[in-house]
Amino acid sequence: MGLEIFNTFILLMLVVVALVSLRVKDLLTASVVFGVYSFLMCLLWAEMGAVDVAFTEATVGAGISTVVMIATIFNLKRKSSD
Amino acid sequence: MFEGGGIINELFIERLNYLIYVVLLLIGLHAMIAKNNLIKKLIGMSIFQTAIILFYVSVGVKEGATIPIYLPEHDPHGSHASHSDGNETEQSNHGPVVLDAELVKGYSNPLPHVLMLTAIVVGVATLGLALALCLRIYQGYGTIEEDEILAKIEKQEMRSNPSDVLKSADSSKQATSRSAKSVSKPKVSSPRSSKRSKASPKTKAKATSPTTKAKTSGTKPVSPKRKAAASKSTTTGSKKSPAKPKTAASKSTTKAKPKPRAKPKAKPTARAKAKSTAKKATASKPKPRTPKK
Amino acid sequence: MKKLSLIPVLLVGILLIYASKDFPEWGDPSSPASKSPLSSHFIANTGVDTEVPNMVTAVLGDYRGFDTMFETVVVFIAGMAVLAILKNSDNKKSGKREFEVDAEPDIIVTNTVRLLVPVIQIFAFYVLAHGHVSPGGGFQGGVLMGASFILVALSWDLDTALARFPLGRCTIVAGAGIILYGGIGLLSMFLGGEFLDYAELANVFPVSREMARYYAILGVEIGVGLTVTAIMFSLYANLSTEGRLKGGL
Repeated sequence: MGLEIFNTFILLMLVVVALVSLRVKDLLTASVVFGVYSFLMCLLWAEMGAVDVAFTEATVGAGISTVVMIATIFNLKRKSSD
Repeated sequence: MFEGGGIINELFIERLNYLIYVVLLLIGLHAMIAKNNLIKKLIGMSIFQTAIILFYVSVGVKEGATIPIYLPEHDPHGSHASHSDGNETEQSNHGPVVLDAELVKGYSNPLPHVLMLTAIVVGVATLGLALALCLRIYQGYGTIEEDEILAKIEKQEMRSNPSDVLKSADSSKQATSRSAKSVSKPKVSSPRSSKRSKASPKTKAKATSPTTKAKTSGTKPVSPKRKAAASKSTTTGSKKSPAKPKTAASKSTTKAKPKPRAKPKAKPTARAKAKSTAKKATASKPKPRTPKK
Repeated sequence: MKKLSLIPVLLVGILLIYASKDFPEWGDPSSPASKSPLSSHFIANTGVDTEVPNMVTAVLGDYRGFDTMFETVVVFIAGMAVLAILKNSDNKKSGKREFEVDAEPDIIVTNTVRLLVPVIQIFAFYVLAHGHVSPGGGFQGGVLMGASFILVALSWDLDTALARFPLGRCTIVAGAGIILYGGIGLLSMFLGGEFLDYAELANVFPVSREMARYYAILGVEIGVGLTVTAIMFSLYANLSTEGRLKGGL
């Protein structure tokens, strides 16, 4: 039962975080929030028993892709129109 | 079969994973379609991707199953360690055995995990590729907002055949109405692009094709300076070969940038011409002139 | 435009939610995906066939080795494409970035990273080598290894990281990973099996056929790890400097 509550909580948080990362007008914030999204996804997969996928997502999604995205935004304009 | 509380129970309690996967997929899809910023589109794409991965992993889950790594008693190398259990008699003799169907149910499905594991890594590689393309687009157009890029492409196409006056006049009229429509709809971009055309009048004047100049001079008073600039642009337009308009445009821009006298000239026309040239003006203007604020 | 785009989105959503009533029950052990003979075979026979306790690694490296090989090739091609796109791109506007950072490397940060990087790299090797018995494998180990170089680049500057792992060597290492992967496959082909049929390696190495697959999976994972390490680092190095490989974040 506790696991289900955890699952539900993370699923709802995922939607919230996804919306936030798309609503924010600052691209740097958006990419950091997207890193949070990836990490929540990683927790969810670890909870569902897909440990390898969770590990990959933790290293790739929350780690490298956030860094790469920030490195790109560093060379672009930080503000977004939407 | 969905009546009363059935559908609520079905969707929100038992299949919350599937529901959230659909919701995330829609969020990502909507971002990919509707967002204006290319980086936002990429974030939407990644959300779309993780939503599909979530679906695959959700399908592979089994109730009460453990992760797809052998428990010590089934482990081909760990069987010696857990020898004392005694319930796996064959194992102590022959090493690993094929698990029977009951034991198979104890492990969650490894196949979706494998598929998704590679998908994640390929996903980050393609994300990097897309970001590189974004950088390149930014170098070429000075912006990563989709509507501004489209406007610049449109303007470049118009500039590529300056000899065909009548036809391009027609197309510019069409472009005017279209761009007016598309500019006025998003609330944010419309004042900004007009402001931007005000901020960079010199480049705009240079970039204006002769046909638009003729059109606007008929409707609006044009300052002599501006006319001169426009005529200059006419000469450059006639001089350069239509085959490579982009290099010529960028060259003229870089030349025009440092000159400060451009400011007062476009003031009177900027507002009126915002419709027709707002999109064009941005084309030849590289990134540093960020007029917002 | 924004309102208009809601129409296809909602259409897709209605279709998917309508379809979701046909999805299997949550966690149903007899759902089609879990009931399929393929995944049952993987779960039941991995220990016998390859002696690898982690089924995901075994399926990744052995049963679906062809798939993984070309996934690695995709990663490689993506990295090379980034290089090609940004190689001689317009670099004139180098000084006009919105944020220019030209601070000295911070002493606390650099010394912390100095302690941290070896740990990360050893952990990367551990993850790579222990992919057989625990979560991990070539992809994760490679990403961690690449992240250690990125960490160096972040805390000092890119030149320091490039001095340790030059971009030319990146390309070579990335190619070497794929060649290692394909070479193991070809070797097993020349030994009489099929492409990527590792069991034939037992003909030349003094191990049983199962353990030949076990070690060949390790070799394949090393190949994947090499490619992923190099590509992840070169992705960062190129994207943070627009292909100039100077300055950067």
